[in-house]
Amino acid sequence: MARSDVQLMLDVKAGDEQSFALLLHRYRSPLVNFLYRMVRNREQAEDLAQEVFLRVYRARADYVPSAKFTTWLFRIATNLALNSVRDNRYQRMEISLDAPLTADAEDGDEKTLDVAEKQPNIEQHLVEDVQRKMIRRAIEKLPEKQRAAVLLHKYQELDYGEISKILECSESALKSLLFRAYETLRVELAPLVAQRARQ
Amino acid sequence: MSCSRMENKILGYVDGRLKEGERLEMEKHLSTCAPCQLRVTEFSSVHALLDELPMIEPSPAFDARVRARVAAEPAKRNWWAWLLPSPRVAFAASMLLLGTLWIGTFSGPIDTPIDQTDIPVLENYDVISSFEPLTELPQAPADETDQQSQDM
Repeated sequence: MARSDVQLMLDVKAGDEQSFALLLHRYRSPLVNFLYRMVRNREQAEDLAQEVFLRVYRARADYVPSAKFTTWLFRIATNLALNSVRDNRYQRMEISLDAPLTADAEDGDEKTLDVAEKQPNIEQHLVEDVQRKMIRRAIEKLPEKQRAAVLLHKYQELDYGEISKILECSESALKSLLFRAYETLRVELAPLVAQRARQ
Repeated sequence: MSCSRMENKILGYVDGRLKEGERLEMEKHLSTCAPCQLRVTEFSSVHALLDELPMIEPSPAFDARVRARVAAEPAKRNWWAWLLPSPRVAFAASMLLLGTLWIGTFSGPIDTPIDQTDIPVLENYDVISSFEPLTELPQAPADETDQQSQDM
């Protein structure tokens, strides 16, 4: 039977390095994806994810399982991401949303379709590509706290209680935050939403 | 349930996180409210569209980088551990301390006579002890006297 996150962390606290490797294996991908969607830069996302794991390791001696491990982990990650986003804000404001995105932000890392191998329908591939870009840009345009709430809710599937602890707000405030975020996304993605509604 | 009260529950309804009672209440409201029905449909579409973003894989070097940074962390040490990196210094300090104590043991008592003429207070003691105006000074309050005695 797999050990729980809390048990693994307690084992790390007791000096078991192997348990830290298991936590790393368990959360490397969710963390990197969350941070990538927050900061929109793969290299920066991986640096931040490394920093999260390092902080977890440094805090092992003082670790007390007072909350879910994921709450603690994503709280560290969210704080680092929000600080990083705020640090980069002025730099980001200079980049026009209509300007071509960098190779990294475009989707060089995210391509899942190989046209030659899987889908001869290039037109369909291009449509999906445009849709993904629209969705990414819509998420990117959300205020950072709303973005974090949507990502934690949608992709990490954390419950409201956990997310509200991570974002240090009440559950009621979180639900309001998510509602506003979905309202913005609904407007930004209106063509896709209408298209989907017709299907 | 009014539409404004529904706002905070609409997403929970879309992703199936509402409690049974709340869900039934929502469905009752939706059966009579077209705008909220539309909102549910649109939020469901947004929720589904977000699934279209693919996941990325961390780079192959990611784990190795984390392990390298963890390995570079200084090990936790106890309070006395600061002595460990320099046992020679610790040994030398101990020897110096022991040597000082040993020398102190063999030193004789200090028997140099005190030249009382060098002490001005003693020199004027007779004058001050019989100086009449001093006896006419008012008595100091008790706490002030205590303070003065503590200062001394």
